Amino acid sequence: MTLERHKYDVLVIGAGGAGLRAAVEARESGLRVAIICKSLFGKAHTVMAEGGAAASMGNVNDKDSWMVHFRDTMRGGKFLNHYRMAELHAKESPDRIWELETWGALFDRTKEGKISQRNFGGHEYPRLAHVGDRTGLELIRTMQQKIVQLQQKDGRETGDMESGIKVFAELTITDILKENGKVSGAYGYWRESGEEVLFEAPAVVIATGGVGKTFKITSNSWEGTGDGHALALKAGANLVDMEFLQFHPTGMVWPPSVRGILVTESVRGEGGVLTNNLGERFMFKYIPDVFKDKYADNEAEADRWYEDQDNNRRPPELLPRDEVARAINSEVKAGRGTEHGGVFLDVSKRLPAELIKKRLPSMWHQFYELAGVDITKEPMEVGPTCHYVMGGVEVEPDTAAAVGVPGLFAAGEVAGGMHGSNRLGGNSLSDLLVFGRRAGMGAVEYLKKNGANPVSEAAIKAAAAKIQAPFDRQGGENSYSLHAELQEVTHNLVGIIRTGSELKEAIAKIADIRKRSANVAVTGGRKFNPGFHLAFDLDNMLLVAESTAKSADAREESRGGHTRDDFPGMDNKWRQVNHISSFDGEKVNVRAQALPPMPKELFELFDVHELEKYMTPEEVAKGGSN
Amino acid sequence: MARNIKLRIWRGDSTDGGLKDVVVEANEGEVVLDVIHRVQATQMGDLAVRWNCKAGKCGSCSMEINGKPRLACMTQVASFGEEETITVTPLRAFPIIKDLVTDVSFNYKKAMEVPAYEHPANLAPGEARMEQIDVERSQEFRKCIECFLCQDVCHVVRDHEENKKSFAGPRFFIRIAELDMHPLDTLKNRKKTAQEEHGLGMCNITKCCTEVCPEHIKITDNAIIPMKERVADIKYDPIRWLGTKIRKREGL
Repeated sequence: MTLERHKYDVLVIGAGGAGLRAAVEARESGLRVAIICKSLFGKAHTVMAEGGAAASMGNVNDKDSWMVHFRDTMRGGKFLNHYRMAELHAKESPDRIWELETWGALFDRTKEGKISQRNFGGHEYPRLAHVGDRTGLELIRTMQQKIVQLQQKDGRETGDMESGIKVFAELTITDILKENGKVSGAYGYWRESGEEVLFEAPAVVIATGGVGKTFKITSNSWEGTGDGHALALKAGANLVDMEFLQFHPTGMVWPPSVRGILVTESVRGEGGVLTNNLGERFMFKYIPDVFKDKYADNEAEADRWYEDQDNNRRPPELLPRDEVARAINSEVKAGRGTEHGGVFLDVSKRLPAELIKKRLPSMWHQFYELAGVDITKEPMEVGPTCHYVMGGVEVEPDTAAAVGVPGLFAAGEVAGGMHGSNRLGGNSLSDLLVFGRRAGMGAVEYLKKNGANPVSEAAIKAAAAKIQAPFDRQGGENSYSLHAELQEVTHNLVGIIRTGSELKEAIAKIADIRKRSANVAVTGGRKFNPGFHLAFDLDNMLLVAESTAKSADAREESRGGHTRDDFPGMDNKWRQVNHISSFDGEKVNVRAQALPPMPKELFELFDVHELEKYMTPEEVAKGGSN
Repeated sequence: MARNIKLRIWRGDSTDGGLKDVVVEANEGEVVLDVIHRVQATQMGDLAVRWNCKAGKCGSCSMEINGKPRLACMTQVASFGEEETITVTPLRAFPIIKDLVTDVSFNYKKAMEVPAYEHPANLAPGEARMEQIDVERSQEFRKCIECFLCQDVCHVVRDHEENKKSFAGPRFFIRIAELDMHPLDTLKNRKKTAQEEHGLGMCNITKCCTEVCPEHIKITDNAIIPMKERVADIKYDPIRWLGTKIRKREGL
């Protein structure tokens, strides 16, 4: 049988927000683009984003600016963010939101008819452009329809709507191919038929999202298996700071079948409060020193803030996600949790039923249909759920180019650096717009100097052999049970609270599962065979888990989405360290690398006393780099 | 509490297939997709089923459950009787690929046929001003998660393959209505093309689409009927008809 081959200028792997935005950019610059989706077009995980997209448009509070947004982002990430990414993100996100409006997006409005903005954890001003609680759906649909618009334009010009940009749905990429040290394309299979496909493309953008399925309790869909992280590692790129995982404080906890499904932070943004089984509003006990001057320490002030934000401090329910998740975890551990191991989240006492249904329609629907709970009348039960990976492919901030692999780009959740040790809610949708576009631009610039890079027959043969292997094995282990085993290990040993001895145990166990996974055998044929699909996804998740466990073991402090029971404090020396994962063909190796220092003009945006909380005295004295 | 339930799953492909009976454990609060996954993990490793978010937000796990088009992730096992057999079959209006997975590419082709949004040429990014009440009409239709249950249930195409060529289906009628009601869209004649090119006239408003919509979008009342009425107005009202001829009023 002859191999299906396609030639493009740019191959975008992933059809969520970042991938689609990159594809639009590359196509509008005249390049031919292929978009790969692992599922159907328009189903990517972006669709699940609820709260909104953070951008300092200043529509609700005109004191907002990119500088305030930049400061909030750095604080939220506990200053481990790559300053340049946080800067570009804060500066460019308003334009990216307005641009969506020119593509047909319909955000909720203010009284003046501008795009409305809502409060969210860690954001000083109301900043999230939103559409009820289905903002992600609006983003992905808008870009999906923008792609159709570009296809219709190509159709008018060439007679073929798919001549300039084509979507390959339900296709999995198993290898990024290189020739002479540069990207030459990618290899994969159609999920539907199991048949193999070769893409020849000198520029590849990875936009595959996250890794949540490595964990047992997660808000992520089946697609979040770290494919892009693993593809990049195997292609010779680095991952940065993989120890940082965001456990969203509020996932559903009951019934078991919905455990982990996201409960949007907007519930708290709209006034929802967290209480334990004693009826105590416990977040006041968990305001860390670095945030004491920004968050109310009593209920009266916290409640006044909803009416008057200029003269009151914010309620502690709106602390960054890592703080809230740890607080809930502590309450449950101390025996003050709900019957099903969560805490209560109640918005019914703050807002009238009509308004709850209007502002949080999908939450109402989700709880009513899946848990039999009417959130307009009673509290929800919530607990932490693995939601987002801050770590990811190490990239050049301006071009989204993967460090070390010419022709490879990464944007969105799969890229690292932007969010430091903890991402603020709302910064993900804006991240994928800002850096999706930049990855597209990066590919365009790269191709001005680099032409086609033909794929060798040897590379094709190797990639094809890998796909066939699980069918040729007899009597090996089942990929479903190995996946479940991995999820137990990560949940129990690499979860929200970690210790050195458990992390070492996890590293050994992950290595063992990886060894056994090499023998995974698949039953049935190639045609739409989920057991076969999982065999490849599993391989990716194992590499990601290894990178996370090793990075977590190396970081002997607690910061953002990495909490060590044996090193409970934040250590300013560790702030200067990024952990870089690389792959030597056998195992993941982790090394420390110095964090690039902030330049003077950004350094000076902060109060020196605030920086003293995060930086060593020598760094503060230096006052930023020049 | 866990109990065993009876599940009947359609297995096969475009050439051949049939219903297979299995007994599988179900726990409290589980949905049909959960038990299908359990069958997949323990009894039928190669059972094909599409799904993504498992929270009713992506519209991937559309199938027919006891003959009714539904999302498997939003259908509680407990909504059926203890002794009742739950039968799951692929969407009937689309060609079968394998087991519970069908070829829904028809919908993506139709999506490409609806003329895209056109932004006013003189309106720069950030300058748009719209009232909330005006955006809400289109927002209702933008809630659509593209599960295609409305496309599946619509009797114009459900058992009439021959109608597919000239009929876009309810999902795309709401897309056209959404653009037609969009406060900024500048493309004219959307209702007219809905009638003439996308088969709006073939719909005889039985409201089956509205009934199956998991997002509770009032497809028929808020999109299809208003467009039909406006088209009828222009077409049959002699004075307005004359008006369109004399003054070339487009885009009504």
